[in-house]
Amino acid sequence: MKIVIEALIVLLILTNLKLIASSRLSACIRVVAVQGVLLGLMPLIAGQEALTLRIAALSGLTMLLKGVVFPWLLLKTLRSANVRREIEPFVGYAASLMIGAGLLFLAIWMSRQLPMPFAVTSPLIMPLAFFTMMIGLFAVISRRKAITQVLGYLVMENGIYAFGLVFAQHEPLLVELGILLDAFMAVFVMGITIFHINREFDHIDADRLSALKG
Amino acid sequence: MTDLSVLLGPISALVLAPLIPGIINRTKAVVAGRTGQSLLQLYADLLRLFRKGAVYSRTTSWVFKAGPVAGLSCMAVSLAMLPLGGVPGAMAFTGDLIVMVYLMGLSRFFTAAAAMDTGSAFEGMGASREVQFSVLAEPALLVGLAAVALAAGPAGLFDAGPVVNGFRSLSEIYHQLTLSVWANDGAILLLAAAALFIVALTENCRIPVDDPNTHLELTMIHEVMVLDHSGPDFGMILYAAALKLWFFLALLSGLLIPVRSENLWINGISTIIGIFFLAVGVGLVESVMARLRLLRIPQLLAGALSLSALALVLVLWG
Repeated sequence: MKIVIEALIVLLILTNLKLIASSRLSACIRVVAVQGVLLGLMPLIAGQEALTLRIAALSGLTMLLKGVVFPWLLLKTLRSANVRREIEPFVGYAASLMIGAGLLFLAIWMSRQLPMPFAVTSPLIMPLAFFTMMIGLFAVISRRKAITQVLGYLVMENGIYAFGLVFAQHEPLLVELGILLDAFMAVFVMGITIFHINREFDHIDADRLSALKG
Repeated sequence: MTDLSVLLGPISALVLAPLIPGIINRTKAVVAGRTGQSLLQLYADLLRLFRKGAVYSRTTSWVFKAGPVAGLSCMAVSLAMLPLGGVPGAMAFTGDLIVMVYLMGLSRFFTAAAAMDTGSAFEGMGASREVQFSVLAEPALLVGLAAVALAAGPAGLFDAGPVVNGFRSLSEIYHQLTLSVWANDGAILLLAAAALFIVALTENCRIPVDDPNTHLELTMIHEVMVLDHSGPDFGMILYAAALKLWFFLALLSGLLIPVRSENLWINGISTIIGIFFLAVGVGLVESVMARLRLLRIPQLLAGALSLSALALVLVLWG
């Protein structure tokens, strides 16, 4: 059991690193989809108690939304926006990987400063949650294309979800569903916004928005 | 029995190493649908080169002649410390893995110095590239081996006195990599093995990093440094390169094949078979992949470094 959970966590960490190391936008979207499915599997495997209908519904819905609906929406936007690659990110890819390794150390150090009020299935879940949130934030600030920034937001939400997993048994279903609905609405609205920005300006470089004059 | 088996590692390396490039070439040929050269081609090449005389340019000094000799002797000394799976190396002492990594660095320094001694701009460019990539490959190798050392558990069996956990001889670390370590920390060992594989491809100038067959000066890294060597000197370089390939594949094979039985011969021979399979694997990688753009290579190596850093973090705090 332990080895399955650890393998899942290692895979999740690797998806995070892959996200900041790859320049093809469609590959980034697929990585985030894989991450969503892996996160959806987590409560099924890592649950300390017997599998309840509530947990099964929660993980099924997560996998459906993060693994199918979000990637589909984003790939559709990508096709209409007619961009393939992140050409000039603010931070290069090799440097991003190094920063990613540094963030991993920071995440582990942080989670060791926080004593847990109850036993956790794996000591690596907390670092994973912090690391995923940090990678999401890093993707938002270090990339130029609006789609990568949406992906960063999604990964950040995945991190919050992983954080919630630790408390999955202690958290009401309504809160989880609310967060999922929020993320869904955000991705939906951002997809439409990117489409319109692209139609108006012929590119989706978010940094050039600051040069707009009212 | 034990005394003899200590020699198994170095002797098999010295005898069988030139076979490895042959296996890689044969794999590539079969995948491409060709017959390919003989498996023993490198032996024939070495014999031919050692019978020839060397030509030295008037602009070179003793540094140029020292390069191949230092390269070959560094490789030979580090092979003496290399464990062959469960079979300990001929020399094993605390911290020998760091000595090994820096012997590689020394041989690289001498090869690069010999290349610069010729005063050729091309060779200087190759030396600069080789050194640049090794800056990233070396920490990936050391951190990966450190993770393996910590995963293998505290010092045991043939331990001479109290040693700090993890900082032991490589032979002892490999001796403790049993199947139970794989069952407990399989993820960590796989991460370290993946990092080691990338480092092995880089250090031996195999395809995603460098193409050993190309003779286009603008793309090659290692080949360009040895353009001016001829005769026995070039033979020594080729032999040292084969030994280096054997060294990295033996490190990987010992990590991936956890056969640690009572009989040292079974351990050693299973590791050697593993080395041959890894050579086929390298050939397959070369058949399906194209060479990466030069600018992308640091990214690949940074990936290897973060894989080993991840392995180390997991074993420290997991």
